[in-house]
Amino acid sequence: MKEGENIIIELKNVYKHYHMGENLVRAVDGVSLKVMEGEFVAIMGPSGSGKSTCMNLVGSLDVPTKGRIFLDGDDISTLSESDLAQIRGKKIGFIFQSFNLIPNLTAKENIMIPMMFQGEDVYIRENKAEELLKLVELADRGNHYPNELSGGQRQRVAIARALANDPEVILADEPTGNLDTKTGHIVMEFLEKLNHEGRTIIMVTHDPDLAQAHADIVYWLKDGKIEKTTKKKNGWSKTGKEKLRELKEERRK
Amino acid sequence: MIIDSFILSLKNLKHRGIRSWLTLLGIFIGVTAVVSLISLGNGLQLAVSSQFGISSTELITVEAGGITGAGPPGSGAVNPLTTKELDAIEKISSVKRATRRNIAAGKLEYNDRVVFGYAASVPSGDDRKFIYEQLGKGAVEGRLLKDSDVGKVFLGYNFYVNKVGLDKEIISGKKVLINDKEFEVVGILEKQGSFIFDNVVYMNEKDMIDLFDLGDKVDIIAVQPVDKNEMDKTKADIERVLRRIRNVKEGEEDFVVSTPEASLASINGILAGVKAFIVIVAFISIFIGALGIVNTMTTSVLERKGEIGIMKSIGARNEHIFMQFFIEAGLLGLLGGLVGALLGTLLGVLGTQGINSFIGADLKPNIDFMLIFFSLIGSFLIGALAGIIPAMRASKQNPVDALRG
Repeated sequence: MKEGENIIIELKNVYKHYHMGENLVRAVDGVSLKVMEGEFVAIMGPSGSGKSTCMNLVGSLDVPTKGRIFLDGDDISTLSESDLAQIRGKKIGFIFQSFNLIPNLTAKENIMIPMMFQGEDVYIRENKAEELLKLVELADRGNHYPNELSGGQRQRVAIARALANDPEVILADEPTGNLDTKTGHIVMEFLEKLNHEGRTIIMVTHDPDLAQAHADIVYWLKDGKIEKTTKKKNGWSKTGKEKLRELKEERRK
Repeated sequence: MIIDSFILSLKNLKHRGIRSWLTLLGIFIGVTAVVSLISLGNGLQLAVSSQFGISSTELITVEAGGITGAGPPGSGAVNPLTTKELDAIEKISSVKRATRRNIAAGKLEYNDRVVFGYAASVPSGDDRKFIYEQLGKGAVEGRLLKDSDVGKVFLGYNFYVNKVGLDKEIISGKKVLINDKEFEVVGILEKQGSFIFDNVVYMNEKDMIDLFDLGDKVDIIAVQPVDKNEMDKTKADIERVLRRIRNVKEGEEDFVVSTPEASLASINGILAGVKAFIVIVAFISIFIGALGIVNTMTTSVLERKGEIGIMKSIGARNEHIFMQFFIEAGLLGLLGGLVGALLGTLLGVLGTQGINSFIGADLKPNIDFMLIFFSLIGSFLIGALAGIIPAMRASKQNPVDALRG
């Protein structure tokens, strides 16, 4: 790791154990990892490897049994559930395997919701949602309900929703799991594009090819432990880093 | 945040199934009952009073006691009133006028059809004028009786519109047989609004005494006091005189002297009971409605566990989730209240119209916008209150468990 790069999420020797009937399940068993700003990280593992639990911890949806998790420098165990939710809503955008759109709301309304939780004014929400719909090429689908959209379209709405609060991290849980190969590619292209624009992407997947094809760093998870870590030969995307710098300067203005 | 929660809740309500709407039935029924009861207002009292024949507020009536429960007033008395009592009452200083009234059951034949009903006597002279004044209105067709009329009758309104069971309405100039004796109909009394007056055959006192062989028997003595503000004193005077004549002790009277106030009071007592009953029913319905909302909201929290998880993962604080479910429950209640208030008002208006056409009155429905406003606020609060516990459960969902579904 190079100096001056910001750590966005850090897990320090994290354990997550829970009881399932009589058995103690060591879902996550001493994991330490750092996610740096601008990285494309994949957490790879077969089912039962603890990757879902790991994702919940990385996404600060869950608190560890032991160990500490830092989200942008804050120890999440010191935050109240509500405050954690607020910070999570601001800093992390979630993309789920099953899209998890709210069925009673239109595509546009689904995108507006995270901004509502951050207390944004309604006209800012509307403008941003329309902008994001354009970005995911669904400008004409804003008033459709999720059940009127195809799987690929739904996942693109979910991506737009994840971007609503301009989060530093996008956390994608099997983003292509419910999609056919072609639409899966489109979704991955979006994620790549977002990474090139400087966003940190954490993807959880069971598909080693997918992980290796897109991620700069892959954490291979097995039985709740990181078995190995692999990096892309050329480290992580230079263009991403440059773009990030530009983006930051732009924001400063 | 609250406005946003309202909008979100409204959207959710829009997608609710019929099951949720059914739970509103309780609140709906409760609010309907209260609003319609108040919209009816005095109409109900007037309708009931008129059914009991209380149209005058200045008449004291005297009847013999020991009524068997069958037949017209006084007819079943063991010891009926007579002209002796009538004369005695007339002599009381606080009594301005005492009028003999007889009511007898009989049969009326017209056009080969027979109906059974009541005939009432009409006194002569000044008393006639007085009674006509009490009946208020004149003849709707033909005329009323005069002192000189013999063998003639006028009829209650229901004969005119044929609500008494004949095959044809009766108009003036027709002949009818009453207890097999022929009488000529001279006219129809205007509608009084109660079968007590509208189903009756009216004939002159002398005809009545002859036809029913009444002798000196009197069914009702209608007393007009000198001062209508001294009803109770007049009543006491009459009671004292009658006790002496009939030789009964105080507390063992075989006669009843009733003032309109007392009759009205007993009717108001009955009505108050009915109203209290309706209010109790309303409150029970509203309580059940509230339980319904607790139930439907609890189910909804379970059904939407995943949604709660999503909301939390994208940044919803516990308050956001709480408010959404809380307001949704309130809106459910409000909706029940809204339908109830509309239907209640409608019932009030229709009911008043019904009473108007029934007793010929001109009442206005009592539409109280404050009442409607407060019943809507109340319904919202009841709904929201019922939603507190489910909303708290929703807000305390762990996002991971909620997402797992």
